[in-house]
Order: sequence, then structure tokens, then C-alpha cells
Amino acid sequence: MKYVDEYRQPEALRALAQTIRKMGVSGARLMEVCGTHTMAAARFGLHDLLAGVVRLSSGPGCPVCVTAQREIDLFIEMGRLSHVTLASFGDMVRVPGTRSSLERERARGARVEVVYSPMEAVGLAAQSGREVVFFAVGFETTAPGIAVSLMEARRRGIRNFSILCAHKTMPAALEALASSQIKVDGFMLPGHVSTIIGARAYEFLPTRRGVACVISGFEPMDMLQSVMMLLGQIRNGSPRVEIQYRRAVSREGNRAAQEIMAKVFEPCDVEWRGLGMIAGSGLKLRPEWADFDAPSRFQVPVPESKEPQGCRCGEVLAGTAEPWECELFGQACTPEDPVGACMVSSEGTCAAWHRYRR
Amino acid sequence: MTQDRVLLAHGAGGRMMGELIERVFLSRFSGTGARLGDDSATLPVAGPVAFTTDAYVVDPLFFPGGDIGRLAVCGTVNDLATAGAVAEWLSALFVLEEGLEISVLESVAESMAAAAREAGVSIVTGDTKVVPRGAADKMFVATAGVGRLLRPWPITGAGAREGDVVLINGPIGDHGIAVLSKREGLAFETDIVSDCAPLGRVAAAAVQAGDVHAMRDPTRGGLASALNDLAAQSGVCIEVDEAAIPVRDAVKSACEMLGFDVLHVANEGKMVVIAAAADAEKVLEAMKAAPHGEESRVIGRVLAGPAGQVTLRTAHGTTRLIDKPAGELLPRIC
Amino acid sequence: MCLAVPMEVMRVEGDTAEVQAAGTRRKIRTDLLPDVKVGEYVLVHAGFAIERVQADQAKEDLALIQELIGGVP
Repeated sequence: MKYVDEYRQPEALRALAQTIRKMGVSGARLMEVCGTHTMAAARFGLHDLLAGVVRLSSGPGCPVCVTAQREIDLFIEMGRLSHVTLASFGDMVRVPGTRSSLERERARGARVEVVYSPMEAVGLAAQSGREVVFFAVGFETTAPGIAVSLMEARRRGIRNFSILCAHKTMPAALEALASSQIKVDGFMLPGHVSTIIGARAYEFLPTRRGVACVISGFEPMDMLQSVMMLLGQIRNGSPRVEIQYRRAVSREGNRAAQEIMAKVFEPCDVEWRGLGMIAGSGLKLRPEWADFDAPSRFQVPVPESKEPQGCRCGEVLAGTAEPWECELFGQACTPEDPVGACMVSSEGTCAAWHRYRR
Repeated sequence: MTQDRVLLAHGAGGRMMGELIERVFLSRFSGTGARLGDDSATLPVAGPVAFTTDAYVVDPLFFPGGDIGRLAVCGTVNDLATAGAVAEWLSALFVLEEGLEISVLESVAESMAAAAREAGVSIVTGDTKVVPRGAADKMFVATAGVGRLLRPWPITGAGAREGDVVLINGPIGDHGIAVLSKREGLAFETDIVSDCAPLGRVAAAAVQAGDVHAMRDPTRGGLASALNDLAAQSGVCIEVDEAAIPVRDAVKSACEMLGFDVLHVANEGKMVVIAAAADAEKVLEAMKAAPHGEESRVIGRVLAGPAGQVTLRTAHGTTRLIDKPAGELLPRIC
Repeated sequence: MCLAVPMEVMRVEGDTAEVQAAGTRRKIRTDLLPDVKVGEYVLVHAGFAIERVQADQAKEDLALIQELIGGVP
């Protein structure tokens, strides 16, 4: 595959790993904040290549993992209405809410459709005539597409489509992480979120917090090069925002996508599972688009949401605990029978550990 | 009036049922050497046999490279093959949804007959039931099969030993991707066709060429599941080389796009063969010479431990675990 | 998050495009990248082209990596 295979060349990976070792920087704590980076590191064995030199921990970069329990519970409640079809990305299907999951609800008779694109959910509404509620999860990579789907629904006069908006944005969360007790020397920033928001969205991090920042692609070569660049900044004491993923990320980002996103959504305060409330870190529908807001459209009882006992997803997400430090890991909490979102999400830190490392 | 759809009456045991069975099944299956007509078939078996059964519920019924009928025949033939048995007699059971077009049923039966001829098996007995609309998704098929063991002892999943070599007869992931490409909603196109095929001859060739210790066909759950099962049953560690596992480019790109691990994607024409190291080359050559074995490769080795573990050695020298898939394969955006 | 795959644009028609990568083809929306052209590679996420892959940048970066490999004994 073009623009994929070239970045997986074994000799290049080994050479980069060697170069990183030779830099002589040790003890640096790096954090990636993207579930896709978590999985890529595990899948390609990058931790092994970097062993003893660099510690790359996982932050709250999995939008599935950071979706508050309350939102999953609410989505499930809406699905219990007989005229509603729930539509969702596959990532959410097995995530446990307080009492159930989409998978379980489907077995109990709820209509749950897995889609690859929000446009399919719009098509489903048009075709089926049922009320289709789409679970709008994801960061800035995904939100513009959902915005387009609402514009499309409006354009086509499709009124039986709505969303449960659970979108979150990265910069505010990074600020919260950088200013918390966790010692982070450098952030490996999410490459695809960055294609949309651009490198300038992170400039406050090095200036206000002194953290090294590199926007990284997702192939193993991208990630190793990013580590090299981060260590370079740390060694020289020159934190700034650098773009490793130059073939896809610019300083400005994708203006068209930003504008579309801003037309439909506006910032709001939201709760991040494991991190609590972070001001201005979420997206909600603007008043002109509020008719697409599912919770306003469907009066459902808001269930009492509770985090499962013993679950340390919050700490794992914040980077203050490793999966194996949670008592439930691999015992009561496994990929087959997950307790917390970190295990069920295909890119959750715990899932990555259990699948690839243990 | 010739019926064009299956009615409840077709399952009621009367004249209509008899006519349906004759028209759809008997006319086609008798060509495979079957002696149908009685409630049970008698088999001229002497000596140890292997016996297996499976149900088939694939959706859509027809997919690139196959259909539920071919799947049913090959699936059962292959289960017997993994035991080191040559399938000879199959039963076929159909649960039909009221309203199913009879032309669909006939296509499936035709395909089963063709697969049976290719595999050298006879469909000797069966049953048909019709359930009301909505009680089944078009058609479910179940087959059972009996086959004579090539050796006096069966080959199981528990026979792998430290030092053994792990082989596979070709590229993985074709079936799963082919079926998914026809599912509503995933909206992608590919030229990949299912690898659905009878592997009796590949397995027999391997067993007759050298010391085969274990075999498994990686169907649902993919190669990952099959290797984990083998490692667990045999109490060994299996290590495979990523660079050696054959995957077609189009399967790779479909998996990247949908977020699938190709090791978790279903196959229907693949056999994992674990053989003594000393016989590895002979077994490989024999597999390559058999139909559906042309692309056989060595993909890994058996280590002493940790027992039950399966590891992948990446092209750049690191290792990581290969886990079983946790649930159904779902496309992801993250 | 997030899965986005580089795919080649084969055809553009209004707000949709046909893309392919190593034999896998699909139709995607181009609303986020309205001036996309045939022959370009775009990152595809959840059915949308979210950004184009800059071929010259990629070439430069890979050349740099090769230099790096060459320089390591």
C-alpha cells in the first residue's frame, strides 16, 4: 500500500531505534494521546525497540474510552424506544455502560446498526423511516464529517435523524494533562486530529507549559522519528511544536473542515471519563442545529450512572496507572468480558496491553 | 402450478414436501453417488472414522467465490481433514424460511452437489424443515460428515511438540473480506473472492508425506484463533513470522481501511499443519502439489513455552502476542 | 483515534469521489476537501477525505530516513 509500506521498512525501524539510543537522552517521559498510536506502538512492538531508553505512556486519546458512562447509558435508553434505531461506529458496540451495552441491547431486541460513516446513518433514516439516532463520538478528525451529515440531512429534508453529541476536542485536554501532577516531558500529538486543527492549535503547550511537542503519523517509522524529534527538543531544552507528519499536517490545518465544524458545533464543558470535567473541551450543537439533538428530541429517563467497582480506567487514561496495576486487569476485566472502556475499546490502553503484551 | 417460493406446506411431510425434496435435492445429490430416499443411510465403514457436524448461517447467502452450500460441504470436509480423515459421506439439513425463492434453494443445492463432486464425497441423507417467515434468516444449513482415518490414530490439536514447524496452505483473510464486501453498510468493493475450498487432498498429502502432529482449519476467528487453540491444546508456544504469513494486497488494504487485524479474519479454505521439523520440507512440497495447496508456506515454529501463548515476530525483529479476537469483527474509526 | 488510510482518487463526481488502495475501492465524500483531484492521494476517515497526502513531502521525508539509515553503521 502506497504511503504505508514505505513507513514500515524493517531496516529503517532498526536504524531509527539505534539512532534514538545513541542520542544519550534517558529518563524522558513521553505521552501519546491517541488510541491509534497506542495500538500502533503495541502492534509493531515499538516499546521493545525503545526499551530502557524512553518511556512512552498512553494518555486519554481513545474517544471511546473517554466517553462518560452517562452518555452510553443515555444512548442505550433512547434505543429502548420502539421507534428508534441506534446507529454507531463499531467501536462503541461492546463498551459497557452502567448496566448494559449496545451489543447486549441488540440481543434484547433493540435496533442497533453499525456504520462506517455517519452518511450511512443518514441514508438509513431516509430508507427506513424510523428515527435514527447516531452516537457522535470522536475528536476533531471525526466531528467535521458528522457536521456534513447533519447538513446533508437538512438539505434532503430528512427529519428523522438526530445525534447524541459526545465529541471532544484535544487541545483543552492536553492543557489539563500538562498542568496536572503527571510529569510529561513531551507529547506525541495525534496526527489525524492535527490534519484538521493544524499545528498552531498546540502552540500554547510549549510556551505555557514547556512541554516538547511533535505531531506524529501512525506508521512505526513515523512514531520512531517523532520520538527522536521529541528527545531532540528535550535534550536541547527547546520545547516547541514540530510536525513529523509533514505529508499530511500543516500549521493551518484543514480550513474547510474547521469552518464546517464551526458552523454546526460550538465548544462546551464536558466530562471526560477518568479526567473529570474539562472546560471547553467538548462540542455541542449550535442553537440553529439543535433540532438534531437527540436528547432534546427524546424524553427518556436519565439513568443513574455509576463507574464499576475497582475499575481504574480513569487513572490508566490519565497515565497515572499502568494496566497491570489494576486488580481487575486480565482477571475480572478481559477483552471478552470487559469492565471498563479501556479494555473494550479496540484501542484502549488495557486492550492493547492484553492483546499484544501481557 | 409450480411453486416459486417455499411454503409452510413444504415442510409438512406430505406430497408437497416429497416433491420439493425430489425436485431440489434428490435430482442433484444422486449424482454425487448418494443413495437417498430412506430415513437413514447405511455406510460400509470398517475401522476408525472421524465424525463432525457444523451449522452454516452465512449472510449474504451468495458471496464472491462461494455460497452457503459450498461453504457447508467444504466446512465439513475440512473439519474431517484436520483430523487426518478423508471425508466420504455427508448429511445435509435445511431449515428454510417460508417465502424463500425456490430458485435460490436450487442454486444452493447445485453448488453443494458441485462441491461434493470436487471433494469426492456423497451426500447420503438429510432433512428439511420450513419455519414461518421471520423465524429464520432465509436459510440455515447444517451438515454432518463421516470420514475414514488415514492413519490408525486421529490427528488432534494436542499433538504439537517443541521444534515442530508450522505451515499454512495459502494467503489468509480472503473469505472474511469477500463476505464483508457484500454486506450492506460497509460499502467497499474488492476483487477478492472467498477461498472456500475442500482441503481433503492437501491434508492427506501432508499426512502421507511426513510426520504431521497437529492440524486446524482457521475459520471464524481467523488464524489467531486457530493458533491459540493449538497452542492451548498442545500446551506449547507457537511463534509465527509476520513476513512469512501470506496476505493478498487487497486483503491487507481492506483490513487497514476497516481497522481489522487480518489474523482475526475468517478463512474457509485454509489449513494450519504442524509437522516434525525433519519432515517439514517433504510436507511442504507435498502440500504444494495438492489442489488448493499451491501457495503453501512455512510460517513459524513451535517452542516449549510459555504454554498456550502465540507470538508474532515482526519483520523488524520485535515480538508481540497474538490474541484471540474478543467478539465479532467490527469496523472501527479509531 | 483515528484510523485514516491513504487512498488514491480515481474519479470525482460532485461531492463524492471513488478512491482505491491496493485493490480496495470505495466511494467517499469530498465535502471536507472540495478541490480534490484525480490522481491525488487522500486520507480517508469514516467515509470522508480529510486531507491530501503531499507527495513531495513524503518523498523528502523518506529520503531523509534513507540518509539516516545510511549514516548508521
